[in-house]
Amino acid sequence: MTTGLTRPDGPAKLTGTAHYAADADTSDALAAALVTTTVPNGRLTALHTADAEAAPGVVRVLTRADLPPLGELSTPPLGFPVPPLLEDTVHHEGEPIAVVLAETWEQARHAATLVRAEYADVTPAVPFGQAEDVVPHGGLVFGETDESKGDVTAGLAAADVSVTATYTTADRHHSPIEPHATLARWDGDQLVLHSSVQSVLFAQAALAALFGVPPENVRVFCPFVGGGFGCKGFVWPHIPLAAAAARVTGRPVKLVLTRAQMFTLAGHQPATRQTVSLGATSDGRLTALRHTSSNASAQLGDYCENTPHGSTWMYASPAIETSTRIQRLHRPGPTPMRSPHEGPGMFALESAMDELAHELGMDPVELRLRNEPEVDPLTGEPFSSRKLVECLREGARRFGWSERNPEIGSMRDGHELIGWGMAAATMDSPRSPSSARLRIDHTGHVVVETGMQEIGTGLPAMVQAVAAETLGCPPEDVAVRHGDSDFPPHTGTFGSMSTMGLGSAVRAAAESALEKLGAEPGDPLAGALAEAGLTELESEGRWSPEGGGMTRGRTGGYSIHTYGSIFVEVRVDPDLGLLRMSRAVGVYAGGRILNPLAARSQMIGGITWGYGQAVLEQSVFEPNLGRFLSKNLAGYIVPVNADIGEIDVSFVDDDDRVASAIGAKGIGELGAVGVSAAIANAVFHATGRRVRDLPIRIHHLLP
Amino acid sequence: MSNHVAVTVRVNGVDREIEVDPRATLTETLRDRLGLTGTKKGCDRGECGACTVLVNGRRVLSCMTLAVTAHGAEVTTVEGLSSGGELHPVQRAFLENDAFQCGFCTPGQVMSAVACIAEGHATSDDEIREWMSGNICRCAAYPQIVASVAKAAAELGGAAR
Amino acid sequence: MRTFSYHRVSDVDVALAALRQPETQAIAGGTELVNWLKEGIEAPARLVDITGLPLAGVESTPDGLRIGALARMSDVAAHPVVRDRYPVLAQSLLRAASAQLRNMATIGGNLLQRTRCPYFRADTALPCNKRVPGSGCAARHGDTSAQAIFGWSEHCVATHPSDLAVALAALDATIVVRGEAGERRIPATEFHRLPGDEPERHTELRAGELITAVEVPAESGAEHSHYLKVRERVSYEFAVVSAAAVVQLSGTTITGARLALGGVAHRPWRLGGAEQAVVGLSVSDRPALLAAVAADFGDARPLPGNEYKITLAQRAAVRALQAA
Repeated sequence: MTTGLTRPDGPAKLTGTAHYAADADTSDALAAALVTTTVPNGRLTALHTADAEAAPGVVRVLTRADLPPLGELSTPPLGFPVPPLLEDTVHHEGEPIAVVLAETWEQARHAATLVRAEYADVTPAVPFGQAEDVVPHGGLVFGETDESKGDVTAGLAAADVSVTATYTTADRHHSPIEPHATLARWDGDQLVLHSSVQSVLFAQAALAALFGVPPENVRVFCPFVGGGFGCKGFVWPHIPLAAAAARVTGRPVKLVLTRAQMFTLAGHQPATRQTVSLGATSDGRLTALRHTSSNASAQLGDYCENTPHGSTWMYASPAIETSTRIQRLHRPGPTPMRSPHEGPGMFALESAMDELAHELGMDPVELRLRNEPEVDPLTGEPFSSRKLVECLREGARRFGWSERNPEIGSMRDGHELIGWGMAAATMDSPRSPSSARLRIDHTGHVVVETGMQEIGTGLPAMVQAVAAETLGCPPEDVAVRHGDSDFPPHTGTFGSMSTMGLGSAVRAAAESALEKLGAEPGDPLAGALAEAGLTELESEGRWSPEGGGMTRGRTGGYSIHTYGSIFVEVRVDPDLGLLRMSRAVGVYAGGRILNPLAARSQMIGGITWGYGQAVLEQSVFEPNLGRFLSKNLAGYIVPVNADIGEIDVSFVDDDDRVASAIGAKGIGELGAVGVSAAIANAVFHATGRRVRDLPIRIHHLLP
Repeated sequence: MSNHVAVTVRVNGVDREIEVDPRATLTETLRDRLGLTGTKKGCDRGECGACTVLVNGRRVLSCMTLAVTAHGAEVTTVEGLSSGGELHPVQRAFLENDAFQCGFCTPGQVMSAVACIAEGHATSDDEIREWMSGNICRCAAYPQIVASVAKAAAELGGAAR
Repeated sequence: MRTFSYHRVSDVDVALAALRQPETQAIAGGTELVNWLKEGIEAPARLVDITGLPLAGVESTPDGLRIGALARMSDVAAHPVVRDRYPVLAQSLLRAASAQLRNMATIGGNLLQRTRCPYFRADTALPCNKRVPGSGCAARHGDTSAQAIFGWSEHCVATHPSDLAVALAALDATIVVRGEAGERRIPATEFHRLPGDEPERHTELRAGELITAVEVPAESGAEHSHYLKVRERVSYEFAVVSAAAVVQLSGTTITGARLALGGVAHRPWRLGGAEQAVVGLSVSDRPALLAAVAADFGDARPLPGNEYKITLAQRAAVRALQAA
């Protein structure tokens, strides 16, 4: 068993006492049920609410006209740039048009079915692929839409071998097990919100701006998030809607999205279509790399899945060209989802690398080793740390890659063909400010407070470890309190940024405490306080990347990213088209690993997400109806226990003091990258079938 | 409400008499009426397992159980598992193996694991994988869950509880 | 979900009388009905809880097996006689749903499951003749990947989802039902209805009737039997396609066979022609078996988008025969 700190929040989670948003006391709250559009476009012309209003237990039915005036806000922090109830123009199916408030959930849910809407000018929804590719603009474009260096056309012409192929990834839904939930309560001009969010800071700022009150009037609680994976990062319309309903009725309002509403009101990862061209010399050195992409987007917001992003720093090509576009469609708004950008993007790049290796007759690990860059190939700037070569070599060793017979279909076990495939992984390292307050009492007990919310990544254990390490005290002497906007602000639990920012802030707070005490790490804290004549000591720590705000990986003259390698064995039953992953080896370089136990769990989770992307997850967008067809977990299937076999996770030594003060980088999203390519490459090795469309389903594999 | 139904349920060893809306599920009744919010509502459609509780010793989905149909039953929720501040062996194994992340599916996983062991369906890793597949963990702590169930089963003597 | 009154019954005749009331539904395990209530697929005024009826026993007699309609799936699967002598039955139960759902769901309720067609199951009523008769079939020209290849009509292309029903069809089982007029016995192969122009009639069960038992004849010779379930996810998923096979063997030569497919029609699809054609073949002669099975697909009419099911179903049938 991997050693490390067990989670300080573990007993609460295991006994059912950890409080999630929907667990807040609601004895005096109204239950809210949303009514949503049933058409993808056109106009809402009438809403009939009388039947719902007359239903037992119903207190109010709110439509747009009933809402208080709300301020204007952009995306982000909003997830979708619309007022919380629709007025006229329909942007997508499943958009809120009314909210029913009743004494109980059963009453509200029933009454919501009694609201009738009329629409005009509804037209068939244009499917992805049939609209125009346009350049996206605004806050949901992460990174550049177009980047280039050198002459790709010339590089391809000069290549001994080249490959060009188009790859697609599916619409996918985050599907955390906890649905979005918000309890809103006003006391005069003070708003208290219990909400399942990945950033109490964003929620506080957004609600304050929308309702025209100072941020300090809005207090947001979210100690625990029951999974988010990106869908709780931004502020979605139901959150201000709950607050508006509470304002209008003068009663607390509890609004929990139904599972079906989670499919239209909290984002998704949009379908992408990507084309990769690679040229290489006969000895496997890249001469050109082109990666273009288009994704399905909504009418508003211009969410852009920047899939070619990783292709700009991954390999040493003299010519690189990337571009990313969107199609504005009548669909719900997409949002980042584990893992954004590189998640779908590296499926394409790493599949193409495998195709190139096959064309060259070269081992795919060797091809990657031959194209390892010294510096960032796009900018020429140094890498803060880059241990991809170590990951590739160690992964190959742990997997037993040298035993691989490159011949297609060379391994069989009964009905099954066995294939071995691999891919490299990378994620950008965005970073953001964080802060923490540390208090030491006269017994030497330490409390750290921070606005971070625990989402499963093990941040309380990380905070405990960093504080204990810096102070030189036992971890069990450190208690962590979190998820309250009154605590020192933390940007958000997303983008794999929290450990870098918060860990560095906690370290700063602890160092500041030692300095105030004139103590050295390891000095008994109770004694140090007594010596200084104090009964309690408080210190604050802050950390931010260069420039003070949120940054992406290329910052301050460095190229900051995380790396990994993933090797998988698949078993394909070609008769029945069945694909299973029998084992996986992942080796990662993600900076200094603070808690090996939680880090291993993170990577296992990520690899399982990659399996889901590769084999299972697909939200079918029904073109005739203009909606996601199956808004439930029977129609949208995610991995279950029996899908996941042996997973071997390890980390190479890495310590990146450019990325953060504690040497750590973010790993939450890295594990989900590359897995789908490794699986597709293994399927090719097993069967000779090159599947370029995810997920790889039965019908792909039936001859 | 006129059509409310009187229901007597023994929850975690305590008899509870309540009047319930016949539409209310056992999940909502435990959470909203009895204050036992450890039981979670994930999908509300029998598709995720987060709401798993024991009814008369068997694991069931409380979201697909109308509370009225639980009349006379003995219900055990995650709050009723540990006693005297001591974690149940299943909970302890989950903690030591890091078999959870966000924690939202965890009460359901734990209840399911207790039943899985009691049923005698924890004799091999493959058997545990299959018999724990009714509990989705989106954070995907599956290998750790398997290790935890195996460890707790060994401690509890396989099918013995 | 509209509100309803709730009644418990402990006597079959009382239950039948209660079910003759208008807008009345029976509830047992609840794993289907509660879903219908939540989605608005059904909105009864009265709910009759039949779990107190004495219909939960499993009896093994010289004539065969009699399974009470209220026996839970998990209990039937764990019954020693079912496990030892009817592997196809135990497998069909254990490969369905999850441990929790199998602890709840009853045998009768399993057979009364309605289609998993995503259009039927949607959060709001989409054009679906099963859900709202006359509203059309959005699936017919929509996403057909999970739809039928046999026996569909322009009014409905859905498949039935029960694994158990497929095994029972291959076992020549009988569904015993009771109503006002007394008992009726319906062959398992005919219990589910093809849609025709009345897709809203899912089964042969009439209003006011209850399933009381399922009977599996002893002569079904199920010792060599197998239920193969093909699905994307390893567990906890409905079948894409499934096959139940019951085989009699002399050495490796097939002397008798019964074969039923799931996931291909709104009824377990017996391959009568293939059952005869495989007699005399070696169970290890895959090409001959495949040819025999494929020859019985003359009635198959794939929809654009589910042609793969023909290949898949044929191979699943052969694999089930070979595994039996």
